[in-house]
Amino acid sequence: MNLFVLLTLLQDGLTTGAIYLLLAVGLLIVFSVTRVIFVPQGDLLALAALTVAQLEAGSVPGTLWLLDALAVLAVLADLLAGSRWRALRWLPVPALVTLATLFGPRAAAWYAMPLGLAIITPFGPLLWRLVFRRAAGATMLTLLILAMALHFVLEGAGMVLFGPDGAATAPLTEAAFAVGPLTLSGQSLAVVGLCAALVALLRWFFGATIEGKALRAAASDRLGARLVGIDAARSGGLAFALAAFVAALSGVLIAALTPIGYDTGFAIGLKGFVAAIVGGLVSYPAAAAGAVLVGVLESLGSFWASAYRDVIVYALLVPVLLLLSWRGRRAGEET
Amino acid sequence: MIRPAVLALAAALILPPLLPPFYVTLAAYVGLAAIVATGLVLLTGISGQTSFGQASFVGIAAYAAALLDGRPFTGLLAGLAAAGVVAWLLGFITARLSGHFLALCSVAWGLSFYSLFGTLPWLHGFNGIGGIAALPFAPGPRAGLAVVWAVVALGLWGAQNLLDSRSGRALRALNGARLMAESMGVDTVRLARGVFVLAALYAAAAGFLFAHVQRFISPTPFGLTASIEYLFMIILGGADRLAGALLGAVLVVVLRDALTDWVPRLTGAPGSYEAMAFSLLVIVMLHHAPRGVLSLLPQGRAAAPRPAAPPPPPPVQPIAAAGGEPVLLLDRISRRFGGLAANQDVSLAVHAGEIVALIGPNGAGKSTLFNIASGVLPPSAGSVRLFGRVLGALPARRRAALGLARTFQHVRLLQGETVRDNIALGAHLAGRAGMLRALLRLDRAEEARLRAAAEAAAARVGLADRLDTPAGDLPLGQQRIVEIARALCLTPRLLLLDEPAAGLRHLEKERLADLLRQLRASGMAVLLVEHDMGFVMRLADRVVVMDFGQTIAAGPPAQVRADPAVRDAYLGGVA
Amino acid sequence: MSEALLSVDNLAAGHGRVEVLHGISLSVAAHQVVAIVGPNGAGKSTLMAAIMGLLPRTGRIRFAGAEAGSTEAMVAAGAVLVPETRALFTEMSVRDNLLLGAYRHRASAAQSLAEVFATFPRLEERQRQRTATLSGGERQMLALGRALMARPRLLLLDEPSLGLAPRIVRDIFAVLARLRADGIAILLVEQNARAALALADHACVLEMGEVVLQGPSAALAADPRVVASYLGTGE
Repeated sequence: MNLFVLLTLLQDGLTTGAIYLLLAVGLLIVFSVTRVIFVPQGDLLALAALTVAQLEAGSVPGTLWLLDALAVLAVLADLLAGSRWRALRWLPVPALVTLATLFGPRAAAWYAMPLGLAIITPFGPLLWRLVFRRAAGATMLTLLILAMALHFVLEGAGMVLFGPDGAATAPLTEAAFAVGPLTLSGQSLAVVGLCAALVALLRWFFGATIEGKALRAAASDRLGARLVGIDAARSGGLAFALAAFVAALSGVLIAALTPIGYDTGFAIGLKGFVAAIVGGLVSYPAAAAGAVLVGVLESLGSFWASAYRDVIVYALLVPVLLLLSWRGRRAGEET
Repeated sequence: MIRPAVLALAAALILPPLLPPFYVTLAAYVGLAAIVATGLVLLTGISGQTSFGQASFVGIAAYAAALLDGRPFTGLLAGLAAAGVVAWLLGFITARLSGHFLALCSVAWGLSFYSLFGTLPWLHGFNGIGGIAALPFAPGPRAGLAVVWAVVALGLWGAQNLLDSRSGRALRALNGARLMAESMGVDTVRLARGVFVLAALYAAAAGFLFAHVQRFISPTPFGLTASIEYLFMIILGGADRLAGALLGAVLVVVLRDALTDWVPRLTGAPGSYEAMAFSLLVIVMLHHAPRGVLSLLPQGRAAAPRPAAPPPPPPVQPIAAAGGEPVLLLDRISRRFGGLAANQDVSLAVHAGEIVALIGPNGAGKSTLFNIASGVLPPSAGSVRLFGRVLGALPARRRAALGLARTFQHVRLLQGETVRDNIALGAHLAGRAGMLRALLRLDRAEEARLRAAAEAAAARVGLADRLDTPAGDLPLGQQRIVEIARALCLTPRLLLLDEPAAGLRHLEKERLADLLRQLRASGMAVLLVEHDMGFVMRLADRVVVMDFGQTIAAGPPAQVRADPAVRDAYLGGVA
Repeated sequence: MSEALLSVDNLAAGHGRVEVLHGISLSVAAHQVVAIVGPNGAGKSTLMAAIMGLLPRTGRIRFAGAEAGSTEAMVAAGAVLVPETRALFTEMSVRDNLLLGAYRHRASAAQSLAEVFATFPRLEERQRQRTATLSGGERQMLALGRALMARPRLLLLDEPSLGLAPRIVRDIFAVLARLRADGIAILLVEQNARAALALADHACVLEMGEVVLQGPSAALAADPRVVASYLGTGE
């Protein structure tokens, strides 16, 4: 292996690492606010990629109808739980998105991508409402099992709505730059740039807006958050919306690099987990380092021993977890 | 209530001759799943370690059986050994992790093994290994079914025995009460690893049977999806009870089969909707029974036979002569948390046959000192001498073995377990039987001794008539008394009590004071933190007053009460 | 007489399967300080949590002329609890903690912040610091300050003197006296019975989850049972 190959692999690794970072951030937000490990994030990623691919082909994606169905279910669930007009709050966004899909220029590349994000993002709060909120007081294990079950449901939905074939989306740019012997792909640069921008945006949101601070507060001290009047259910919905948005964006970005099928999302999401764990499930900068490490390792691993590249990535967990457990003795523990 | 092992045995006898051919295979699958789920109940439901990797152990043993086809006995041993060794090695990591770290770690190894099953050339990849011989003593599918369910029964019987033992009580404490268990002398890391290996062996037994009953193996049934399904089983059935494993296995396997059968007929599209429909069902069921379907059934808690009258409290055995060298000597202890000095230069001695009370306003640093004495926290500076030995970083469990017992300010009982089982946890160090002896029910004599000790301790504190009550059903004050009985089960020479009288009624306080006087007379040393001044002043030989992390007064009650510094700091600093 | 600001009638509540409070009735009028004294484990903190809607409860609670609702609704209506643990957002700055205190009262946040800084100049000095770096006394000031940001009509204070040096306890109680003068009603759980009774207009003694004595605080301070158990000069 020469320097050229190494640099190419590093470029690939950095690009996927940036996406794993987005996923890790989404997981951290949801976990710290709601104690749910959002396993289905990877499935939303896949659904977003498939949705945008279908929009670009000019047809109406099945996820749109799924979204509308979930919104109606959420209204019914709210009505059953005793709320009245407020139950209708689930309807405007899906209705708007439906109109924008049916009557907008959906095949246009500049339109398809944001529209795809707009279709997938509301899945976050809707799934929170329908699947997790009801069990908010349950044990973490029950929440985790719910998340796993939801993963199978969404994966199945992807299969039913889009069939078994993978799809690719149009890259943001076809440009490429030659730097010495190395070709920097414009898409890679765009991915890294967008991820960095989004992370900066999230930093601003959490650091400078009252809603962002409220979300941090809900994660930092649940009792304190309730005592200043922060609505736990609303924080949860917001956290899920952010995670769904991040997943959808990752999906669209990654599908321009490698085709995404209904069942590829889980493995990608899992690597986001590994990145988040390497970051100790607590700190965002550490998760960033973890994400890049996972991306680079995977990229190098696929070159040297492609059959074992996943094993190599997961094996990264072992020293990290050992370190964590030594440092904290029993990480993630009761008191 | 019929025990699950009996049900499984009945199934082994009745099902094989009666079932129509199609259902024979299905029933065998249910049985195989039930074996894995039984191990998982022990691991996840009882001791709180979530594993998404059980199918890997099934796979390891199944491949061992397939590779050693023709020598089933060797295959079984090799499979158990391989799974056991892998679990033992993984246990170095898992036993120290809890919660989500462990869960995610198990996802990773689950995927890794799946990937290895698929890629290692000598395992034949996804073509799998076919033509595996049936077990020599069970040639047909019906005989195979009988063997599978006999193993289910055996596994459940062992698990029942284990839960009803010294190790079983300690296992329950792993789930969220590790600190307490360590204070009772339980080596929680070793125990967590033990149960992890045990659950892997259950899975391996199922894997061996799977290879010889199915007679063809490929990586698919040993993947992450299969592991998740085992977890679905115990969560849907009821993760904290063995019957939950049985019920869950039936539910999941039969439902899956029914859905594979029915959904395509309803939708007209084969093969797309079952997994989805099944998972949706899981979500709906969890919404309606978050603690498992079993929790919806009327609870048939067996009414244990009650003795006509509680036995008289046993006489207190003399422990040590009063006076002499201090049993506990804290020498110039300091402890900082970040910038906060919780203890500054605190010294304190407790002698045999003496009751010392530690008082002071909330937040004065009493609990910190208490935790330093009991080994939960290391001091930042200063030394702790216990029974004449200087203790460095000796963990709580070693201190328990030396003769130190404690209670907790925030009661740490296993709320769902009976008073007897809670108290018997204190007798952990009085027994030696490990998991293996418990599984095989070879620990009965010792277990009877531990129970007798627990019952004697209960009688001594006046709880003889509440032995079969779940601890969580007692009022808080009584729960504190259960903690004292548990501590007494350690037969300690030094007893540390954190607010023992809080929440007790007047007469109960008097009875507690009498008990403590008896213990003092037997030579026990007692250090207690308490707020009830009347109680303290009547009972203690010496009182140490702390405020703001420092000792501000120490001496006999009368002297301390008259001390102006005490009156100012503790009794009414503002007025 | 007009309706009390807070009235609790036959309240029962608990943790899990254990009922801790049995049939509690009490009321707090506007501008009034009511102290609750009792031994550890009597259910004082549980009472506060139940009033704020943090625990499932039975019985009737009215606040500010309406049925008491969820925790968020109570905060919006002007009832604010400072719990024993303080429940501060330790990884966030002092200023952010205060601003979040006005989460339900954003329009007045700037003015409230100025008032809180006037009451606790220390907090203004430390406003950029991470809360985890504060001392115990500063944390209690911050907890009180955060509560005041919500423009409360009723403050529920659980052990405000917990873990504080006598001098700081005096400061805190001086602030409480000022707040009362400003027209804020206070429901005060306090282990330092003498200080609590000195401040309060009215007091309840809570034991084993029941109100065993209540009346004007001066009368209670003279009651021999209270003196023996809580003022520590008896026997």
